[in-house]
Amino acid sequence: MTRTQSWWEWIFRARELSLIVVIVALVVITTLTQPQYLFSEGGVRDLLRTPALYIALAVGEAIVIITRNIDLSIGSILGLSAYFCGNLFHQAPALPIPVVILLTVLFGGILGSVNGLLVAFLKVPALVITLGTLYAYRGIAVLWIGGNFIRPEWVPKEFTQLALSGLFGVPWLLIVAVVVVLLAAWFMTSRRTGRELYAIGSNPDAAVLYGLRTRRLTLLPFVISGTLAGVAGVIYVSIYATGDSKVGLGLELQAVAAAVVGGVAVVGGAGRIWGVALGAFFLATLTTALPVLSIPSLWQQAVVGVLIVGAITLDRVFFVVRQRQARKGLSA
Amino acid sequence: MTVETTYLRHDRPLWRRLLLRPEAVLIVAIILVIVVSIIVMPNYLRPNPNYTFSTLLLNAAPILILALPLTLIIVTGEIDISIGSVLGLSSAAFGLMFAAGIPLPVAALISVAIGGLVGAFNGVLVTVVGLPSLAVTIGTLALFRGIAVGVLGTTAVTGFPSAVTSFVRSTVPGTPIPWLIVMFIVMAIGFGVLLHFTAFGRGVFAIGLSPENAAFSGVNVSRTKFTLFVLSGLVAGLVGVLFTLQYSNAIGSNGNGFELRAVTAIVLGGVSIWGGTGSLLGGILGGLFIATVNKSLQVLGIGDDAIYVITGTALIASVVVSSVAAAISQRRRAITSTA
Repeated sequence: MTRTQSWWEWIFRARELSLIVVIVALVVITTLTQPQYLFSEGGVRDLLRTPALYIALAVGEAIVIITRNIDLSIGSILGLSAYFCGNLFHQAPALPIPVVILLTVLFGGILGSVNGLLVAFLKVPALVITLGTLYAYRGIAVLWIGGNFIRPEWVPKEFTQLALSGLFGVPWLLIVAVVVVLLAAWFMTSRRTGRELYAIGSNPDAAVLYGLRTRRLTLLPFVISGTLAGVAGVIYVSIYATGDSKVGLGLELQAVAAAVVGGVAVVGGAGRIWGVALGAFFLATLTTALPVLSIPSLWQQAVVGVLIVGAITLDRVFFVVRQRQARKGLSA
Repeated sequence: MTVETTYLRHDRPLWRRLLLRPEAVLIVAIILVIVVSIIVMPNYLRPNPNYTFSTLLLNAAPILILALPLTLIIVTGEIDISIGSVLGLSSAAFGLMFAAGIPLPVAALISVAIGGLVGAFNGVLVTVVGLPSLAVTIGTLALFRGIAVGVLGTTAVTGFPSAVTSFVRSTVPGTPIPWLIVMFIVMAIGFGVLLHFTAFGRGVFAIGLSPENAAFSGVNVSRTKFTLFVLSGLVAGLVGVLFTLQYSNAIGSNGNGFELRAVTAIVLGGVSIWGGTGSLLGGILGGLFIATVNKSLQVLGIGDDAIYVITGTALIASVVVSSVAAAISQRRRAITSTA
């Protein structure tokens, strides 16, 4: 029996390739509509640095989803970390910038490990825990920040300069994001622990029988996703140098969307990190392109919803079709 | 020896077994909160024109009603976290139709139907396409909210006829019980009978314990789940209309975060998030407990922001407590069976 591949199946396999095509098409169409989108001072820079924030969030979320869990609290962790970072600049101006960055990232990691400990050791569903911390962390942010906000004069010039400058025209923030992606991709594909994360995602019972230390492996992704949300908080402050208690509101949905559009299976066990990075790049580009294409930004959330529902439905349909073909192949 | 120890669990007197049920614990907790509040806060019982017991019930009504179909969905082991957004969508549709001059009853009916329709959309994705309900409703949470915000924009529809809005807020003459709560009680009896006294309800529990076993025992798993998602949508649509009238305001953010409060109430009421166990009464008592705590906090003068922290923490605490309790009882059973 010869197995023929139809063209759409090929496109599905090459998820990353089709994402690149879509991103390029989106940028070209938007630039044709409004040349300033790309050809203005900072146009290319904005195009390249905005995705950094989404990539950091989406990579963490993807690793959690790969282990068949979910983290809905990252938007709130980002918000808290951003204010933590800004406030640290304000309260302790003597601290060197790298220390502030490190402390903020650590802070995000601690918030994430609260989720992870509860899920891993009490065997409570991640949905419930992270839905709870989504509101609890946001509530803490509102209580802490109140009507206050990060004031631009708190943030040192050298820090905001990070978001403005770059290496050979590539913004530092994108370089940070690329490093995150490379590290995560290497960890997930080439390290033993990374492979074990795929294993508990694709079959938790088998992973236990095989002798994997599932508690540790359940905890780890939440620590990673909290840490990366902390990184996203740092990126946020360096780009905007301001922000109130609403920073990051609803961004967890964008991260889920980036992950599933990038090819992570919602049932766990499958997905490539660089696909997720492209998914995040696509979403970030879409966010900046929509207003230019005269679609009000109010519709942005609906677009995110369509992307999530569309991506998971398509994945499932292709999966069923492939399974049916395989069965036909067996009986032939 | 073994015979005696095997029956150890049932040696406990009936009253102790009843007291250990989550429903009983919640009733005690609700009474405790009220008693402590009366002792600590002298003005707790004094009729406050802004915050009486009927406003307590009125504010709790939307969550209590939303929790009814959601309890059944959680008992099957599925989840619907899009209900807050369905409420918002129905509210936006209702407001726009009212603004366009469509008679209120017609607008209300269409809005409820929209709720049912989007519930059916969730249901099709879960049962026909075969996707996990969590992933589906995360997507539709964003989608339905996005549509509500998109069509309404930054505007709010207000100015609903005061005769209607004041009726929705009014109480049964001579009592502090709002008409909305009367409606809730009628619906709760309906859902209670459906879950606990019909073959459909037995099927709901069976699916939660094991979908395969349920299917082999003749339960139509897909149809049951689909029906529940449609019911959830219809009820969220109805609450959307009532909520809009209650506050005489249709804005895109109506019902934001209500899914959290409804899930908290249900899990607090002892319904297992893994499916298969729990009762409708538990979810209702969980909702009432949250409402009572909220009233005490508001009398104390703690703002709405703290309530988010407390609801989130309560949700986590409730699952943690139930999971620890399950682990302890499992260990105790393991000890008695080896003895």
